[in-house]
Amino acid sequence: MKYIAGKLGLFVLTLWAAVTLNFFLPRLMPGSPADAAIAKLAQNGPVTEATRAAIEAQLGVPDGSLWEQYASYLRQVVTLDFGVSYTFYPQTVSSMVSTALPYTLILVGIVTILAFVLGTLIGVAAAWKRGTWLDSLPTLSGSFMSTFPYFWTALLLLFFLGYVLHWFPTTGAYSATTTPAFSFAFLGDALLHAALPALTILLTSLGGWIIGMRNAMINTLGDDYVTFAEANGLRGGTVAIRYAARNAILPNLTGFGLALGGVVGGSILVEQVFGYPGIGYLLFNAVIGQDYPLMQALFLMITVSVLIANFLVDILYGVLDPRTRR
Amino acid sequence: MTSTQNVRIPTDGAADGAVAATSRWRSFSRTLGVVWSNGKARVGIVILGLFVLVAIFAPLLAPYDPKDTSFDRNLDATGAHWLGTTAAGEDVLSQLIFGARISILVGLAAGVLSTLIAVAIGLSWGYLKGFASEVVGFIVNLFLVIPGLPLMIVIAAYLQNGGILMIIAVIVVTGWAWGARVLRSQTQSLRGRDFVTAAQFSGERAPRIVFREILPNMTSLIVGSLFGAATAAILAEAGLEFLGLGDSSIVSWGTMLYWAQNSNALLTGQWALLFAPGLCIALLALSLTLINFGVDAVSNPRLRDGKATK
Repeated sequence: MKYIAGKLGLFVLTLWAAVTLNFFLPRLMPGSPADAAIAKLAQNGPVTEATRAAIEAQLGVPDGSLWEQYASYLRQVVTLDFGVSYTFYPQTVSSMVSTALPYTLILVGIVTILAFVLGTLIGVAAAWKRGTWLDSLPTLSGSFMSTFPYFWTALLLLFFLGYVLHWFPTTGAYSATTTPAFSFAFLGDALLHAALPALTILLTSLGGWIIGMRNAMINTLGDDYVTFAEANGLRGGTVAIRYAARNAILPNLTGFGLALGGVVGGSILVEQVFGYPGIGYLLFNAVIGQDYPLMQALFLMITVSVLIANFLVDILYGVLDPRTRR
Repeated sequence: MTSTQNVRIPTDGAADGAVAATSRWRSFSRTLGVVWSNGKARVGIVILGLFVLVAIFAPLLAPYDPKDTSFDRNLDATGAHWLGTTAAGEDVLSQLIFGARISILVGLAAGVLSTLIAVAIGLSWGYLKGFASEVVGFIVNLFLVIPGLPLMIVIAAYLQNGGILMIIAVIVVTGWAWGARVLRSQTQSLRGRDFVTAAQFSGERAPRIVFREILPNMTSLIVGSLFGAATAAILAEAGLEFLGLGDSSIVSWGTMLYWAQNSNALLTGQWALLFAPGLCIALLALSLTLINFGVDAVSNPRLRDGKATK
């Protein structure tokens, strides 16, 4: 109980720090949203002081002391009211986020779980059959794939499978002719659109899981209790799964938890390449359009979900590995 | 090693330095031997070496000026332009060759800077105890859990249109924490060793113990985290530039892909324009990862290739 309370306290403190960082980040940087909007206008001619005041009022540029701004920002965060988007006026930030979120959660979420399960299994096999092709093939191709820039893998798949072979659609989450609904036609269409982004994320993230699991497993395989289990004549599979893998998976669970938290942030580069309307693509558009309210809300949401995931993993870790509770 | 122990330590300072230098050189070359004996690392060193040579001699190797827009646009591979030309009429091969400079520069600069921060913070964090350690730990963990790419993108968006220096700064700010945590745990395990206790009893001050006694024992770990940080930096730089957050007028592999996507190289079917820059990024990142296999083997003999161990 004391362990959980301590972790909870740390979580709340980290949450506060992240929320505050998100508040100070734009304020530490040179320039303001109004400056950016005025710079765009200034290209067409001189900007008067009255225009500037009008723009600041329109963009809802915060006034008052830093403390007042901070207080109203905290109120916004608690009530999840992030105001109106600059570039997609008059839509609110919250409605845009809730439209984009399901796409990211389903696509990246499923692929992340799949990659972890597959990668871990392959990693176990690679460590157990160390020195054979079962080891060198996945380790080498895995480390090769994980050095590929995400967006490049995405571009290649898009080019060959999308533009050259026409197997998959090249952009969006569903065809322009269909409307989102719970029908087989729409779901099939959505699945086809999700295939290339999913394949990209799977290919680029698999290698990390394989190598992480393999290296952790090789370390546990050298431990005495594994040798002892082998000396007792237990079957190979039993030793590999029930003895070595069970302990080796612990460090990877932390990574998995963080990856699950990272699902909310989506895969910015991949979503951008495929024009997939998830959170990552929204963040990209917010950045390009200098849509500060949207950007701040997205960054906060992405960070907070990683923090929550991290907290849950810490708790789970304490349950799975009693040594960490001390 | 045994011979130096039997030799009486010379009182002359210069000779003392010479002995230290040779033994340091010997351990360095032995370490290099372990790295080189790893087949994967050897391939990595060769690839990295090739890229460094290309970057250094880019003006001699490139057939044209990378910013020369006087050629026909969207050419496929021809005798005059081996990889074709871009939508703006630039020679792709020349851009590719000059692009190596940016990636290696960013990888080196951002890698070294974030490793320096990681060493300074990781080692002090590992040596400190009590409240100070908790505070440092909190800050490091904060930087660890905040998602790197979104943070980089948001900072880059606030610092509009910064150049390559902005990109390096953003990568360093978001990239040092991982190394700090790895180095901290190693410091913690070393600080209980006898030689540290001996140094403490002989009255050495904490900074000297940390950086002169403990630090040399984790050289391979630091080198490993340097290569790791450089790999991450190269990939991050390419990603940021591909998104158009940086100076898109410079010639780098990331901006090449940015322009390729924005000029619809996918539709015109210029696969070389898409393929070549990404392959270079991947190969450069791969070479560093491969070298790290060898570096890992220095600190963890269990990972060494069976036949290579003496």
